[in-house]
Amino acid sequence: MTRLRQHSVIPGFGLTLGYTLFYLSLIVLIPLTALAVRGAVQPWAQFSEAVFDPRTLAAWRLTFFTAFAASAINAVFGLIVAWTLVRYDFPGRRVLDALIDVPFALPTAVSGIALTAIYAQNGWMGRWLQPFGVKAAFSPLGIVVALTFIGLPFIVRTVQPAVEDLDPAMEEAAVLLGAGRLTTLGRVVLPTLQPALIAGFITAFARSLGEYGSVIFISGNMPMKTEIASLLIVTKLEQFDYAGAAAIALLMLVSSFVLLFLVNVGQWWSTRHLRRVA
Amino acid sequence: MANDSQQRSAEPPWLRRTFVAASVCFVSVLILLPVISVFTEALRKGFAFYITSISDPLAFAALKLTLTTAAVTLAANLVFGLAASWLIAKFSFRGRNLLLSLIDLPFAVSPVVSGLVFVLLFGAQGWFGTALSNHGVQIIFATPGVILATIFVTFPFIARELIPLMQEQGAEEEEAAVLLGANGWQTFWRVTLPNIRWALVYGVVLANARAMGEFGAVSVVSGHIRGRTNTLPLHVEILYNEYNFAAAFAVASLLALLALVTLAAKAALEWRIRLEQQRVAAEQLEA
Repeated sequence: MTRLRQHSVIPGFGLTLGYTLFYLSLIVLIPLTALAVRGAVQPWAQFSEAVFDPRTLAAWRLTFFTAFAASAINAVFGLIVAWTLVRYDFPGRRVLDALIDVPFALPTAVSGIALTAIYAQNGWMGRWLQPFGVKAAFSPLGIVVALTFIGLPFIVRTVQPAVEDLDPAMEEAAVLLGAGRLTTLGRVVLPTLQPALIAGFITAFARSLGEYGSVIFISGNMPMKTEIASLLIVTKLEQFDYAGAAAIALLMLVSSFVLLFLVNVGQWWSTRHLRRVA
Repeated sequence: MANDSQQRSAEPPWLRRTFVAASVCFVSVLILLPVISVFTEALRKGFAFYITSISDPLAFAALKLTLTTAAVTLAANLVFGLAASWLIAKFSFRGRNLLLSLIDLPFAVSPVVSGLVFVLLFGAQGWFGTALSNHGVQIIFATPGVILATIFVTFPFIARELIPLMQEQGAEEEEAAVLLGANGWQTFWRVTLPNIRWALVYGVVLANARAMGEFGAVSVVSGHIRGRTNTLPLHVEILYNEYNFAAAFAVASLLALLALVTLAAKAALEWRIRLEQQRVAAEQLEA
């Protein structure tokens, strides 16, 4: 043990190491292993039938498409919101800042039924959309709305620190070199914020892929049309098809691990890159 | 700060106004509107109906399960959070970074999958399903399953708040205490705990909001048995699916209130933690 760690006078290494590893294995590692084994160890025909049958394929397509659309909307508006919150002072700024965290704190089932009430035909938003023939609730558009709702804080809270860290000297230099404000924003500020924006986009996208509570009320859950991947897992479980549920879940888990790994690699690369530039 | 930033941002006024207006409109429509609608929908059938809905025995049973689950979850994750942060912040050993990533794992797992993993272990056709049912133990579709799933989804919350803070504070104060003759527990209670108390409360507040509001993971393991394995969010779902909208929103409004209280507490604690940090920084400057 002494070779494993540097010497310290502080007691408790054995106790805390033992307990941490025990609890981590019990709650996280063993259950996730069960999923990996249950999902991966099954005949290929059975696996591919669960993962690639037309109904599941339609759910994958819908899930990816709506998650991408929602994250793209949030990338644009999240950037504007983060910029506004850091750079401008206006009445209600603190309230606006606090509201960003609501999707983190509000239980997803509550967001789900509230969004459904608003975007249903007679709802506050739905009644304005209906004359234009736009059906929001119980359509893919409703899913995009729900995923935009839950994704916004991820982008704003990732971009906000990057805006705070912007070096004013760079913007001043751009002005001294004769750039207008819009050119400075587009050519100097935006590229600097890009890594944070991409990180926020991927995090929100990864989170959206697995979202359940806020989506299932507003989506209507019609097979082939508005059924998301998470819901298929629940449906398979209700039919006691554990292997099928595990197969879909495993694929979902792997894609979100890969995405979040990319974010970490990107952050590691950009800090190294920035340090080298400095 | 404001003046400084206003000078730096030399956007033309029309652009600044556009940005502010776009932000306010987007956040109001997307986030504020749903929050308001929870309360207006809850009161749609009048205040008397609202009171009847939230004092319904089934709602009360759901509240009881939610509170029990949150209490057990927080206690378990608190002990873990303290052990893990002590280990990671006070010692340097091989595999520390790997351990840090493993603690964060549950953040990357979607809610439904978080519930599913326990069904695969303890469900009727799970790894330990037969063994458990032979001994008359039920975990899935019972309270233990609800608690396990909730512990899983809130697993990193408290540890995540404590680890960076304790790493930043270092181990010098504890080393001094030990060299002056304090034992491990005395060092922890008298030296470490006072230094981390606000971050600890912060982590507990965030974990509590998630524990009480978790839906997907709990929905998979609970079985929706009314009065027995229904938490408040699941009760909202059942009422809603029965087209009992006003009652569903009445119960949902309790959860929305919890969220608002959580955000207020979060803001207050962030202010408190900043004050504490400034105090510590000032003391270090004097010394």
